[in-house]
Amino acid sequence: MMTGTAELRGQALAIHNLSLEFPTFSGAVKALDNVSINVGKAEIVGIVGESGCGKSVTTMAATGLLPRGRYRITGGSVRLFNHNTLAMDESQLQDVRGKMVSTIFQEPMNALNPTIRIGKQLTDVIMRHEEASLPDARRIARDILADMLIGEPERVMKLYPFELSGGMRQRVLIAMAFSCNPGLIIADEPTTALDVTVQAVILRLIQNRARRTGTSVVFISHNVAVVSQLCDRLYVMYAGRIVEHGATRTVLDAPLHPYTQALLRCLPERVAPKQELEAITGAVPTLMHPPAGCYFQPRCKEPVDLCRSRSPQLAGSDGREVACWRRGVAPETSEQGSRQ
Amino acid sequence: MTEGVDTIARPVLEVSDLNVRFPASRDWLGRPTSHVHAVNGVTLQVRGGGSLGIVGESGCGKSTLAQAIIGLAPYEKGRVAIDGEDLQAAQGRQKRELRQKMQIVFQDPQSSLDRRLPVWRLISEPLHIRGGHSNAELHAKAGQLAVAVGLRPEHLDRLPHEFSGGQRQRIAIARAISTDPDLMVLDEPTSALDVSVQAQIVNLLLKLQRERGLTYLLISHDVALVRHFCDDVAVMYLGQIVESGPADEVLGNPRHPYTQTLLASAPSFASPLPTIAEVRMGELPNNRKLPAGCFYKERCGKAAAGCEAPQVLQRLSDGARHARCHLAQG
Amino acid sequence: MSAVVPSEPAAASPAMRRAKSISERLRYLWYLSRRSPLTLVGAAVILLVLIMIIAAPVIAPYNPDKVSLTARLLPPSAAHWFGTDEVGRDLFSRVIYGARASCGAAFMIVLISMSVGVLIGCFSGVVGGRVDTAIMRLMDVVLALPALVLAMALAAALGPSLFNSMLAVAIVRIPAYVRLARGQTLSLREQVFVKASRTFGASPFYILRWHILPNAMSPIIVQATLDLGGVVLIAAALSFIGLGAQPPTSEWGALVSSGRSYMLDQWWYATFPGLAILITAMGCNLVGDGIRDMLDPRLRDR
Repeated sequence: MMTGTAELRGQALAIHNLSLEFPTFSGAVKALDNVSINVGKAEIVGIVGESGCGKSVTTMAATGLLPRGRYRITGGSVRLFNHNTLAMDESQLQDVRGKMVSTIFQEPMNALNPTIRIGKQLTDVIMRHEEASLPDARRIARDILADMLIGEPERVMKLYPFELSGGMRQRVLIAMAFSCNPGLIIADEPTTALDVTVQAVILRLIQNRARRTGTSVVFISHNVAVVSQLCDRLYVMYAGRIVEHGATRTVLDAPLHPYTQALLRCLPERVAPKQELEAITGAVPTLMHPPAGCYFQPRCKEPVDLCRSRSPQLAGSDGREVACWRRGVAPETSEQGSRQ
Repeated sequence: MTEGVDTIARPVLEVSDLNVRFPASRDWLGRPTSHVHAVNGVTLQVRGGGSLGIVGESGCGKSTLAQAIIGLAPYEKGRVAIDGEDLQAAQGRQKRELRQKMQIVFQDPQSSLDRRLPVWRLISEPLHIRGGHSNAELHAKAGQLAVAVGLRPEHLDRLPHEFSGGQRQRIAIARAISTDPDLMVLDEPTSALDVSVQAQIVNLLLKLQRERGLTYLLISHDVALVRHFCDDVAVMYLGQIVESGPADEVLGNPRHPYTQTLLASAPSFASPLPTIAEVRMGELPNNRKLPAGCFYKERCGKAAAGCEAPQVLQRLSDGARHARCHLAQG
Repeated sequence: MSAVVPSEPAAASPAMRRAKSISERLRYLWYLSRRSPLTLVGAAVILLVLIMIIAAPVIAPYNPDKVSLTARLLPPSAAHWFGTDEVGRDLFSRVIYGARASCGAAFMIVLISMSVGVLIGCFSGVVGGRVDTAIMRLMDVVLALPALVLAMALAAALGPSLFNSMLAVAIVRIPAYVRLARGQTLSLREQVFVKASRTFGASPFYILRWHILPNAMSPIIVQATLDLGGVVLIAAALSFIGLGAQPPTSEWGALVSSGRSYMLDQWWYATFPGLAILITAMGCNLVGDGIRDMLDPRLRDR
């Protein structure tokens, strides 16, 4: 891993070996298992995985957005611009969430208060975090809306959320997220509910703004193609573990983990029409009773004996790591010791 | 095929000049004062054993079109015929029989299955409604169908919540094929599923088509899926078909400006993120008051003289496709 | 496509599966109620009342109607736990037997208004249009009737009896169920699985029988449980003002009513039946709240 102390200082977000579980009626759901994610300054990082793989839980845990008392952190650490968010109380977290990190969610309607005009919601956020006066806040809000290609920002600020289309609402939310100049934006499936033409625009807007202001972005998505277009690096998650990460192009052009390979092969885009897709058999394991060894092994096409007994650790070099016994990683070299 | 030309097999589904509108507001007597024009003159045909994909963005009317075809949305103007028989004209028993000739698979198997009924009841519901079968027969039939879609017969007595999303969609597909339909309407059948499961469902649907000679009408926003799945494709914009023809022709070399935009913005590994100018951002025009002339001219980057006139879907001189743009011809 | 369902194992497994799922469900209920002890308290109260209703002759130490003029208005003691009344009847026994009249009446009221209300509501929701509008306006009218006034009118017309007052209360409670059932029907009608059923050619009756009623029942049962507490109070109130159970029937409201005259010197007379009413009503409400929380999908998977 690239978590040397020297590098740590340059990190926007450094999640190290985070493990987390949700206690439930029938037992603990081990939602995250030794998840490590590093986001450098001004870097756009993707987290890809299917629903329930823990991609949202990771960032929500890091920003204290999970419901209190409903989860247990069983190991690991989180440094957000060198602050330990796991040790913060709610009021400190609120401060952090406005100034250092903002989150954009999938459903823009839920994130906006339906009874308050767009303009007031925007200026309230700006005034709270930037300590700006009302005229200043209005000016900032106007500029940032224009930056999000919203024509007539003055008029839009007088509207209520329900008067906007889904794409407009999402752009307002992105404006809100960027309005306090946070160092890190977490975009959690921000375009999943939107049409492709709107999605393309919104991805561009996020990318342009982030590049210009040097903001780091964590982009969470189930859509590998979207991530391939937007992100510098990507992490692939499966069943609460990171299975592979590295530079986007490297990972997607030559995936090493069988899961990543299967994920790419089952897309219709890469197969001749009407040909059978290489579906991944079976389903994602339940995290209450995960399989022994590698979690992907029951669905893997080429498991070896080791896969069934011991879970592989991430190993590799040059910021490119994969957790798979088949990739020539001898058990000794992948021990925890070498990573710390 | 769309726009009925040189069809080899007889068309299973024929839709001609279909218009669907919903009252958007009413006066105090309950009379509609304005309408949402969801489908505006759609004509299409799907030949037996073939598959037609309808692509477009949300609000383009593709789902309403599916609902009108399947009988869930009333229409005032136009005609829907299955195996040559007009649905709207049929009554009573004949109507029910015609309806059972086509089945629909909805997007979200979570909500399209009654969570209180066991799987065998769900699968055999169309047969149960048709009547004349004992519960034991329905159970046995459900078992056969379950096997056909890759479910295990011993799971028949379970409730839907005990299944994963992909398995639930298999249940919905088993239910749809229970009446041996001629036409299956697939309304975004894989959109609610995980990527790895999507492929299983796509494979299953293609296999069923090969085995049973099913005819598919696939509604989807996913261009890659339609390209993979369909023989023909029709691109919809604001309730109209703007371009239609063989899938490889239309999606490989789009000629209507809207199809070009749609394809450029679809996420892909092969191409980088399009620039904002390429996407021609804009909102879908209000469909309460339809624009005069070409529906796309406000957003179109190639708008020129002649776009003020209403555009007709016409066959292009090269190839088998139709486009609703006077500039596409040349 | 060739495989045939193996009939024997399939026939054996449902029973086993059902048994397993029932024990699983009980365990789940237990898990949920442990986290809300108040629901457990309410359930205990209801269980107690049920035992009183079923096993009154076993529990009650005396015949509730046995007059003993030598033992008039005795305070609570080891022999008479709740004391005695003005003709020497054992109050503990009378309270226990009173559960039959009081809770039986409440239960019947809720059952009648629920079944009638659900029938009307589902019908109204499925038919829709003008019939629906007419039914709902009629329900508004019924809703405007105060239960006690209607009960008095019925008592005046038909004579005071527990049945007549039950009828009055039941009628007034119908609109609540009509609204609930209609609301459920309207929202279920828009559910995708109901739409799917329509595309298979299902008749409105089929949809009602197989999809709407089974799915609409849980909120209605919650409403009924919550109602039960209120109805216990109303039935007692009617008896208290003399419109319900007639003496010498032991009924909690009637007991409180007769105890009223002795309130100052013989506090136990009105107090114990009153407490019985209070505790039962509270128990029903607690259980109703508990069930509602359990069925609430937002609270479910936590």
